[in-house]
Amino acid sequence: MNRTALIVFLCCSCIHSFCIAGAEKNQRSTQQVSFSRDIQPLLAKHCLICHGPNKAEGGLRLDVPEKSTAKLDSGERAIIPGHPERSELLRRVSTADESEQMPPDDTSLTKSEVKLLRQWIQDGAPYEKHWSYRPVNAPVPPEVKQESWIRNPIDRFVLAGLEKMQLTPSPEAARPTLIKRLYYDLIGLPPSPDEVDAFLNNSRPDAYERLVDHLLKSEHFGERWGRHWLDQARYADSDGYEKDNPRPEAWRYRDWVIEAINNDMPFDQFTIEQLAGDLLPEATTTQKLATAFHRQTLTNSEGGTDPEEFRVEATFDRAETTAAVWMGLTMTCARCHSHKYDQISHREYFQFYSFFNNSSEAKLSIPQSETAMEQYHQAKQTYESNLEQLQVRFSVKLAELQTVLKDQDIINRSIQKKTENGSQQADRAGSGSLKQTAAPENVIQALLVNAAKRSGKQKTIIQDYLISLDPEAAALSKELIELKKSRPQPPLVDIQVMAKEDRETRILNRGDFLQPGEPVQSDVLAVILQSHPLPQRSREKPADRLDLARWLVDPNHPLTPRVKVNHVWDHLFGRGLVSTVNDFGVRGEIPTHPLLLDWLAWSFSHDMRGSRKQLIKQIVLSATYRQSSRVRPEIAVIDPENKLLSRQNRFRVEAEIIRDLCLAVSGLLSEKVGGPSVFPPLPSGVTELSYNNNFKWRTSQGESRYRRGMYTFFKRTSPYPTLMSFDCPDSNTTRLKRENSNTPIQALVTLNNAVFLEAAQAMAKRVLNEKQGTDAERLAYALRLSLTRQSEKEEVTHFLQLLNTAREYYQAHPQDADQLVKQHPVPTVDGAELAAWITTLRMVLNLDEFLVRS
Amino acid sequence: MQRCGPYHLVNVFTNKRIKVAPMKYRSPISTEQITESTRRSFLTTSASGIGAIAVGDLLYRDGLLQSAQSASGERQQSDLINPLTPRQPHFSAHSKACIFIFMAGAPSQIDLFDPKPVLNERHGQPLPESMLKNIRFAFIKKENALLQGSPYQFRRHGECGMELSELLPHLGGVADDLLLVRSLHTEQFNHHPGQLMMQCGRSTFGLPSMGSWLTYGLGSESQNLPGYVVLTSGRGSSGGATLWQSGYLSSSYSGVPFRNQGEPVLNLMTPGGIPDKLQRQGLDVLRAINQRQYDQVHDPDIAARIASYELAFRMQTAAPELINLTGETKATQEAYGLNRPEPEGIGGRGKQNNTYQSFARNCLLARRMVERGVRFINIIYASWDHHSNIPEELPYNTGCVDQPIAALIKDLKQRGLLDSTMVVWGSEFGRTPLGENRSGNRSVGTGRDHHPHAFSMLMAGGGLQRGKTYGATDEIGWNIIEKPVHVNDLHATILNQFGLDHLKLTYRFQGRDFRLTDVGGHVIPEWIS
Repeated sequence: MNRTALIVFLCCSCIHSFCIAGAEKNQRSTQQVSFSRDIQPLLAKHCLICHGPNKAEGGLRLDVPEKSTAKLDSGERAIIPGHPERSELLRRVSTADESEQMPPDDTSLTKSEVKLLRQWIQDGAPYEKHWSYRPVNAPVPPEVKQESWIRNPIDRFVLAGLEKMQLTPSPEAARPTLIKRLYYDLIGLPPSPDEVDAFLNNSRPDAYERLVDHLLKSEHFGERWGRHWLDQARYADSDGYEKDNPRPEAWRYRDWVIEAINNDMPFDQFTIEQLAGDLLPEATTTQKLATAFHRQTLTNSEGGTDPEEFRVEATFDRAETTAAVWMGLTMTCARCHSHKYDQISHREYFQFYSFFNNSSEAKLSIPQSETAMEQYHQAKQTYESNLEQLQVRFSVKLAELQTVLKDQDIINRSIQKKTENGSQQADRAGSGSLKQTAAPENVIQALLVNAAKRSGKQKTIIQDYLISLDPEAAALSKELIELKKSRPQPPLVDIQVMAKEDRETRILNRGDFLQPGEPVQSDVLAVILQSHPLPQRSREKPADRLDLARWLVDPNHPLTPRVKVNHVWDHLFGRGLVSTVNDFGVRGEIPTHPLLLDWLAWSFSHDMRGSRKQLIKQIVLSATYRQSSRVRPEIAVIDPENKLLSRQNRFRVEAEIIRDLCLAVSGLLSEKVGGPSVFPPLPSGVTELSYNNNFKWRTSQGESRYRRGMYTFFKRTSPYPTLMSFDCPDSNTTRLKRENSNTPIQALVTLNNAVFLEAAQAMAKRVLNEKQGTDAERLAYALRLSLTRQSEKEEVTHFLQLLNTAREYYQAHPQDADQLVKQHPVPTVDGAELAAWITTLRMVLNLDEFLVRS
Repeated sequence: MQRCGPYHLVNVFTNKRIKVAPMKYRSPISTEQITESTRRSFLTTSASGIGAIAVGDLLYRDGLLQSAQSASGERQQSDLINPLTPRQPHFSAHSKACIFIFMAGAPSQIDLFDPKPVLNERHGQPLPESMLKNIRFAFIKKENALLQGSPYQFRRHGECGMELSELLPHLGGVADDLLLVRSLHTEQFNHHPGQLMMQCGRSTFGLPSMGSWLTYGLGSESQNLPGYVVLTSGRGSSGGATLWQSGYLSSSYSGVPFRNQGEPVLNLMTPGGIPDKLQRQGLDVLRAINQRQYDQVHDPDIAARIASYELAFRMQTAAPELINLTGETKATQEAYGLNRPEPEGIGGRGKQNNTYQSFARNCLLARRMVERGVRFINIIYASWDHHSNIPEELPYNTGCVDQPIAALIKDLKQRGLLDSTMVVWGSEFGRTPLGENRSGNRSVGTGRDHHPHAFSMLMAGGGLQRGKTYGATDEIGWNIIEKPVHVNDLHATILNQFGLDHLKLTYRFQGRDFRLTDVGGHVIPEWIS
């Protein structure tokens, strides 16, 4: 860029202002100040901490319209609508007199902020609801000039914004980039060369759509998008805190998530089952299992803790996580005091908290596995039929004995024998005849009772006596006892879920569980309640979690569908339409494309009926999504963050996916879906850092070493280091957006970590086995495996040089070669040759293009 | 809001002017961003033009040279290149580095730092009931709890006459360099929450630790080592890795655990069988291909990735050099107690392998890291959780740490580094003046329970007062009677010594501007020299 052009750019950029929101609403031709866009954030930033719901210094509250115009303690009025010059507020923010200036600290308002305030008061100081609390409407997609670019309505909103700026969208990405992008985004795995070829050679106009459909049907889709959800659910395999005991059955909830997403469970059902599955009429085991969403909270079993303290702590987390995940609201501040800028009072916090306070962690018995359950049912059937047969044989025998040994006979005989021997002992001597036996006293006593009136115990005494007289009966009885001992037990395991438990909720002063205040009943936030009431199933009882869940996913809820589609957008573009995906409150960013956001939210909750797959399909089919991600320097100057969406974005894939990609191209990856967590290789000394060394990492063997990253056992106080190095959340609190950092520690992982080295070893084996030909051809194949596209000659040349140097080195240093190749030897290839390939392909696995969704 | 008439954009490639209609709405893009990105774009285009100059290096050096950037200024774009770019503090200050020696488990201040003759006199007597009201214990049974004096003698040290326990003779030797605080308090009385409080300013999860805040605020002076390093000795702490995670900040700011033997950083060593020259050539190839990609797509992330790989490579040399102590004189090694044998016959919950040597090495490594520009070094030693057996285990632990810490302070001072390096000894809380009677029996035992209401800390260097004892507790050491210091105050003052205003060092997350000091914190001027 020459210097003049640069200056022109700068000047233009500085003096003009634009907003994409405006681009969409081009009917708004005159300068207008918007309360929610311009004024509310300004008040929140500078004024409301002292002149808001918590304090009303000088009698002034600026969060409520009636109070902002009322007479103050001083007798002045802060705002006189239509008269900025008479409004005390304006005078105090613009005065040069330090003793009067507001705000009193050194964060005084900028000139443009003062100007905004003046204009707003001039316009009558209209208050309006924050944009995200207003109902979602179905906007009409705007008209555009470049009709030919439009693939679906999404593109109209985006293109209108670009055209407003006299910009054009980027061209569609090359087909290999498109297929790689779709594979990374939808299933988190690279396409195989065959899959790439099939797509490249498919000239059908709907080839792309068919590819999308194919990927949406893949089981790996549930893994990829399930992991996004597990971030929000703060899923982990251990309790957290000092003891951090394992939760060996936690993965069952993870499986539930994967399956629900693979089945495209509508988002309302997905929500209701996780928040209140236990409260559904005739709730199934699976629906109860879903409530483990809120049992992902931490458990502190450190010695000397007060269980109530940590129950309350977990309940805070449940309330706050729910608000964050579904409504994009941060309630944490209101735990201790009324929110200083978002309209959430301390009381409302505890009303919301009450939904979760009326529940407790509970045990749920579920089948260990379907196979085990089937085996059990089979074994049970066999057992029962054996039992029945034996019981019949035994009954017959018993009946037989009873006919031989009449009650009265036994009594008579016994009395006779007793008299003869002067002894009570049964006489089995010379047992030629059963009738010779004398029965013990307790048997006789039992026999003396009328048969119809005998107690169970008496019957048993008599029966046992009869059996003792007959070896065959005794054998049968023994057999029966043995058989009963082998009765198959149902293969059930206990998992922790949530269940209803009535509990009075009191406001906790300063959020301290030792300072309970006045009681409250469950309710939702007033600011949303006004336009979107909470339907209750029962008028007598306060609303419960099921009412709450239904309220959240009602299509008319202003926040849930907006927040939800924004999450999905964020995953597919690396940036949400609202960039603060975790904050839709007044301090959050305003949407870059508010109408598009609403159009998507409306479609998602109405036309698509909450189908995650349909929403994703709609987005990835758009021309907007398909754009090239090449940075356009001329646009980057005015839109460095690509808010206008004049291209796709490039971003490094997540922690788990980095490993998955390497395992996949090396051919090591296990594609098994679901099941218990696994323990891939870990450098020694890592778990020793957890308390008391109470945790041993038993490295998995066989296939389990190569499962996808999302199945790695997650211990909260000693998480898998590779995951953490790449910004995997710590799972102690909900995470709606991952950081995407770039550190030397990450480079060390992919260069040197044993797991990644092994991937290079296996990849060398794969390339040498699968591809015959020259070195260059083989290298091109390796690059194709990892980059999807055909490599360029110069790229191959670079690697060829490395390969040759390495080859030379290993021929001279066979011991080094041995060390490298021993884990994955290739019998047909010489050690030095293989080592050279490993050393070279290791770098292929480190290419930026491989690790980045472009 | 600005208004303007039609204006023109210039397409840099075609040099054509594009007419743009006036805009009516506020820009979501700040002026700073524009300036920054323009500069970046300039580098981008010129770098492609020059060709011979590696853009990665250019940008990386460029990142390093941005020292004029302020701690709270716009950082987004330069973070892309090097998030650890050194930054100017809010105001000039003494401290450049911090060695935070975290004594996890809570050592007994009654036996180490805060002599209580009256408590010794009342040894074996019950605590007045009025004092027990509203007090929670982890293990003590209130009804039968008895006061427990300290069996250890306290002596005055140095010109300042600081009183320290006979268990800390070496620290006594540097008393004139120490600031002893006897009036700390916290809200947490269970270990993990307490440790989070001490490291992160609040007992909740997902928050950045002190080291994260410092590196976020000031970047790192080291070009070859991580800015924030964690060294551990003894058994694992209750908090484990949660004590050095960066929470909602980028993982660039999380602590990197260093092992003091073998491979110092996880994954540092090139795999066996790959010589350095192949590693280097491999990286050159990687760089060349990444550079090609950069030239095509102009994504600054690629430049950042190239820079990261270069730093990683430098770290591969720098970290082993760092932990190689053969260059240290024998006198130094002895001063730190590097070759001390484990004492025989005592041990306890702190011991794990060669704990004495391991701790001494960590102290020496900390000094070497400070010399190399590491910003924050967290030495963690666990555990001091003496619910019983104080007579054996406390001397074991003090024997382990006393000499190396004193040596560290002397060594830093001798090298002229103490003024710019803050050394802190601290724990999550203290221990009770009451004896622990977990059985519920009315008898004096050998342990003490958790005590959050009053505990002590030692500090040195970093522009803090020397030879000063601050704050006081009542005659039995139960409550603070003079100059209470909350954990947030401690953090505010530490940040202040680094030139950071704790109210301004913030990060917006979920709509809230978070800071290390949560909603509290007052700088304590009396600590500052």
